[in-house]
Amino acid sequence: MSNQNWPLFEVFIRSKNGLSHKHVGSLHAADAPMAIENARDVYCRRNEGVSIWVVPSTQIVASDPEDAEALYEPAKDKIYRHPTFYTVPDEVGHM
Amino acid sequence: METTTLEHRFNQKIEREEKIEPKDWMPDDYRKNNIRQISQHAHSEIVGMLPEANWITRAPSLRRKVALLAKVQDEAGHGLYLYSAAETLGAGRDEMIDDLHSGKAKYSSIFNYPTTTWADIGAIGWLVDGAAITNQVALCRTSYGPYARAMVKICKEESFHQRQGYEIMCAMAFGTPEQKAMAQDALNRWWWPSLMMFGPTDSDSVHSQKSMDWKIKRYSNDELRQEFVDKTVAQAEYLGLTIPDPDLKYNEETGHYTFGEIDWKEFYQVISGNGPCNKERIEARRKAHEDGAWVREAANAFAQKRANQQVA
Repeated sequence: MSNQNWPLFEVFIRSKNGLSHKHVGSLHAADAPMAIENARDVYCRRNEGVSIWVVPSTQIVASDPEDAEALYEPAKDKIYRHPTFYTVPDEVGHM
Repeated sequence: METTTLEHRFNQKIEREEKIEPKDWMPDDYRKNNIRQISQHAHSEIVGMLPEANWITRAPSLRRKVALLAKVQDEAGHGLYLYSAAETLGAGRDEMIDDLHSGKAKYSSIFNYPTTTWADIGAIGWLVDGAAITNQVALCRTSYGPYARAMVKICKEESFHQRQGYEIMCAMAFGTPEQKAMAQDALNRWWWPSLMMFGPTDSDSVHSQKSMDWKIKRYSNDELRQEFVDKTVAQAEYLGLTIPDPDLKYNEETGHYTFGEIDWKEFYQVISGNGPCNKERIEARRKAHEDGAWVREAANAFAQKRANQQVA
């Protein structure tokens, strides 16, 4: 059996406890346990991580780039969500 | 592996300031303590929306209205980050919500006080968020990873909450005599409940010692309360307002302010359900949940319809 039929997995690595898992790339594997083993070999050869997550790529639901404007544009003019929008006198210290 | 070995390793991790992550072994009580604290924290964000939402439609300008809306939206979001963090420990979302609605779970006592004037919105941002931020900045270093990460995100987003409150206080304190009187009245009513937000005094705090040993809490209730008083006094002075505590004075030797005795009887009354708005708050949450039932049902039906279309 060729590995062409092996499903694609997305790989997430936690570099150390306290930090979130971060997407590092993907790989093919026959099943999930093998994906973990392969991820160890492919992405963790230099102490990159302390924990691995693998997710079948087909299970990732991604937003459509075509929708970008509708999704992200509305937040752009809401400057009042940022602390710098408000005036606080220097005399009262950091707030 | 034997429990004693596991526990030893766990304690070493805590000792080394290493974070505990969801799949790591942890003592049952560490798990329970975190679930209790994180879910209480989540409930406080959710119930905390109510006193402020009371003023959204009556905000005095568009600037104040968008700020207040954004703040209340943030609180909803922060509640959700925290519920998810508690879920990584095995707590169920529905059970947590049920516990809030049945009165089994607690939330911050401060939200059981009424917001009677617009100045209260200023005082809440300045004092209540100020106290919450003091507590939450310390929790960014809590030992449970998902809780710590939620706190970092929340602190970053909340920095505007206190500033918008203080801006309101400035506008009122430097406004007409009537406005200044409203600002002083709000300070009078919110000062002591804000100090109570840090919880019982260290000698009476049931959960404190274990939480400190496990580094769930990094500073004691009294330490955080002192820090809050120390940084808030100058802010009140700038406004020309008087903190309602005749015993408040600066101690040259310690470099801290000493302050009067907190009315703990009031604190325990409010915590145990007898504050001015406890019933109203829980009733509002229950009603919101029940009134939202048809929306959840409709969403399920729509998801089902979409799934059927994809099959066809």
